[in-house]
Amino acid sequence: MKRSSSRWATCVIGLGLLSGLVACGEMTQAMTGMPKSDTAASAGTGVNAFTAPGWQSGDVKSWGEQLKTRAQYGQNDHTRSH
Amino acid sequence: MARMKFICDAERCIECNGCVTACKNEHEVPWGVNRRRVVTLNDGVPGEKSISVACMHCSDAPCMAVCPVNCFYRTDEGVVLHDKDVCIGCGYCSYACPFGAPQFPSQGTFGVRGKMDKCTFCAGGPEANGSQAEFEKYGRNRLAEGKLPACAEMCATKALLAGDGDVVADIMRNRVVQRGKGAEVWGWGTAYGTKAGEGAKS
Repeated sequence: MKRSSSRWATCVIGLGLLSGLVACGEMTQAMTGMPKSDTAASAGTGVNAFTAPGWQSGDVKSWGEQLKTRAQYGQNDHTRSH
Repeated sequence: MARMKFICDAERCIECNGCVTACKNEHEVPWGVNRRRVVTLNDGVPGEKSISVACMHCSDAPCMAVCPVNCFYRTDEGVVLHDKDVCIGCGYCSYACPFGAPQFPSQGTFGVRGKMDKCTFCAGGPEANGSQAEFEKYGRNRLAEGKLPACAEMCATKALLAGDGDVVADIMRNRVVQRGKGAEVWGWGTAYGTKAGEGAKS
């Protein structure tokens, strides 16, 4: 009887130590949910006062054409002078 | 789909620092942080060459590869952006970047390093386009306004070109053909993958 109770005690202490070790374990370091998604530039800002005229917000094609036109007009001085 | 790229024409850059000023003003960049700067080679020697340097938004960006918290992302237009809410300011990206683009504000006690700041190609960040939060963290989102980066649009000699890779390469090629020299586009090969000295390719 005395022997079995000491076995029980050993078992309980062992389980306690084991659960203590589990509690001291490292937290998961996996990255989740990153990076954030970003709204496409072609979606516009919704602020008409600062938006350049000549394209439609949300239309990728017209946005791309707007930037191409702006680059040609603003940066290609050869085509403007010849 | 447009692929946004920068080119600086060293034959035209006059080291006026107009691009640097335009950038700082447009985005209200804090003191001590320069998203763009002008580098002069052989300064003071006849034939010196200047180029305007910032984040080139590399095709295979080394900053993205080394970031331990994966705060970088690339937009559909090829612009490399980062999320300041995720950045831990470790500085790995500044060691990896061949252009010295990542900047770190150091205004705190003991010169503590803040979150990384860099050129956004005037495309803001992950916050809502044109929002106050986006402006405070990343500056103006000119791309979403249908405009090109302020540095290039402000350049007096049109040395700094920004926009769709096809368009800017075409402009540069046209210039080289007209003047018959200055085909070397410094940084183009490193950023976009063509060999140095080959010149601009779309």
